[in-house]
Amino acid sequence: MSTVSLDDLTEPQAPDEGQAAAEPPPILELIDVRKTYATGAVEVGALRGIDLVVAEGDYLAVMGPSGSGKSTLMHILGCLDVPTSGTYRLAGVDVGVMDEEDLADVRNRRVGFVFQQFNLLPALTAQRNVELPLVYARVPRAERRRRATEALERVGLGDRLDHRPGELSGGQQQRVSVARALVTDPDLVLADEPTGNLDTASTLDVLSLFAELHQQGRTIVLITHERDVARQAGRTVLIRDGHLYHSHEEEVAATEALAATTRIPLWEHPDEVER
Amino acid sequence: MTWADSFRTAYEAILARRMRSVLTMLGILIGIAAVMLTVGLGQGAQERVASAINALGSNLLIVTPGSTTSSSGFRGGQGSATTLTVGDADMLADPAIAPDVAAVAPASTSNQALAAGSETWTSSVVGTTPAWLAVRARTVTDGRFFTEADLAAGNPVAVLGSTTAGELFSGNPIGQTVTVNRAQFTVIGVLDTQGTSSSTNLDDQVVVPMTTYSSRISTSTNPEAVSQIYLQAKDQKSLSAAYQEVTSALSTSHGVTADNADFTLSSQQSLVETATNTEHVLTVLLGGIAAISLLVGGIGVMNIMLVSVTERIREIGLRKALGATPSVILRQFLLEAGLLGLTGGVLGLAVGYAGAAVLPNLISQPVTISALSAVGALVVSLAIGLVAGVYPAQRAARLAPIDALRSE
Repeated sequence: MSTVSLDDLTEPQAPDEGQAAAEPPPILELIDVRKTYATGAVEVGALRGIDLVVAEGDYLAVMGPSGSGKSTLMHILGCLDVPTSGTYRLAGVDVGVMDEEDLADVRNRRVGFVFQQFNLLPALTAQRNVELPLVYARVPRAERRRRATEALERVGLGDRLDHRPGELSGGQQQRVSVARALVTDPDLVLADEPTGNLDTASTLDVLSLFAELHQQGRTIVLITHERDVARQAGRTVLIRDGHLYHSHEEEVAATEALAATTRIPLWEHPDEVER
Repeated sequence: MTWADSFRTAYEAILARRMRSVLTMLGILIGIAAVMLTVGLGQGAQERVASAINALGSNLLIVTPGSTTSSSGFRGGQGSATTLTVGDADMLADPAIAPDVAAVAPASTSNQALAAGSETWTSSVVGTTPAWLAVRARTVTDGRFFTEADLAAGNPVAVLGSTTAGELFSGNPIGQTVTVNRAQFTVIGVLDTQGTSSSTNLDDQVVVPMTTYSSRISTSTNPEAVSQIYLQAKDQKSLSAAYQEVTSALSTSHGVTADNADFTLSSQQSLVETATNTEHVLTVLLGGIAAISLLVGGIGVMNIMLVSVTERIREIGLRKALGATPSVILRQFLLEAGLLGLTGGVLGLAVGYAGAAVLPNLISQPVTISALSAVGALVVSLAIGLVAGVYPAQRAARLAPIDALRSE
């Protein structure tokens, strides 16, 4: 169970029903989101009550080791999965109650994905890869071309339109995938370990691109297990054992509380604690 | 996603796995070509029989002595009895009795030894009237046919089939003499070439006036007896009326009913139906076997689509993450399967047509591919592709995006 209350949050704006009419709703709003998987007879809690608010223009890093519930959170944020309980509003719309067709539409219009594996279609050129979300949005072909070209120019690949993914470096492929995430002008760019498959130079390349997008006012949620990557974001939250901690101190306190009850030293990665 | 984009995606997916797509289409191709060729062979055979029978004459009715429909104790074999006479023919020629009959030609036929100089030949000799030429829809290419005057005078003149003429004479046969059953005949004409009808060579015969036939060739004890009466109805529409008139006129004059009729009346239609019945059964049987190969082709499409879905789980997951709805994914895979089937069908059609062009030269059987069976082949191949694609496409559509993305 999360011990964090909404009052502790450091967001510029806490959700407030009275203000909702005047102010635009936050891009992301999670209230006590839980996700449990039934594996046989045992129920496994992947997310155990997550509260999170991300305002427009935020650059948030979600950090956590593997198995922490990080991927599950990313799937729910990206509307690829729905929570077992709790409320998730994306740009003010409750997506927890949507069916598969509506979720597909939300993913198409509101979320831009950047994956660790790039997930570009190898048979298509960079331009056609970037066009793909617009294809599902039924945008006419000429406009698709124009917008894909613009998006690729924005990520500095204006001269690589007709290259297939196999002809591009890892960093360039990830740039194509960022262009694909941007082409629909989404409310949220959701990056899942975007630098996990990149060398240092490409990592810096992609991170500087994210910083640039952030400066242009994009809302970015970046999921990573690398502290150096997380540090690029304006704000970092930690996820561990399905709980979300909004600061390092919270996490330490929670861990110590748990250690006190079990009297077993749980902290295995002291280097991650130092900040 | 628009239909055009779905189509393009499906097309590109097929093209991206060229070898596999070609092999999958091959199953449909072979099935479609096999069905088309077996059905085409059957149709060709039926048409050949039908055209051979139609070559007997147009709007033709044939009366033969004896009956195969008699339910009395004695069943006279068709054509074996001598119950038809020239008198019957004269009666049927009367417009008051059979108004829908345009022309009547009684005929007596027997096989005779022929001789011309040192050449000998055995052929079918027909004794008939001048109306025979029109009723049997024949023409004379050389010389002339015999006339009413020849018939009345019992002139020893003969008109030869082209084969007979070729066997007996090396040069122009007109004016030459041919010996039939020790009687001398002068050749006055040669018939057009028509080919073989069922088992009878229409070009190997000698046609002589009926009167001359009775007096010089016939061995029958009853010189009035004829072996067939050919009747020509006025037109296609009056054929059934003529049929009725002839049946009732003959029944009345012979004093018989349908139960003990001593004659058989057949129309071209009934002859065609009887002759093509066997062909039809065979066609259905062979077509059925070929259809099974088409079914196997369809299973091939389903198999490859299932493999394709499994292989492309990641791609499907990505497409879903980017906004593809389950129905769009379903449509894309259905289109892909349908396109595989249809392309196989189009290629099968091409192979079928090629086979129809080549096969007759190899097995001397005509192959007829109708426009209907061509269109049918395309529709069936598309339907097979779509049906085979339903299950794989549903699997793809139901994949949860996270499971799909997670898979390696």
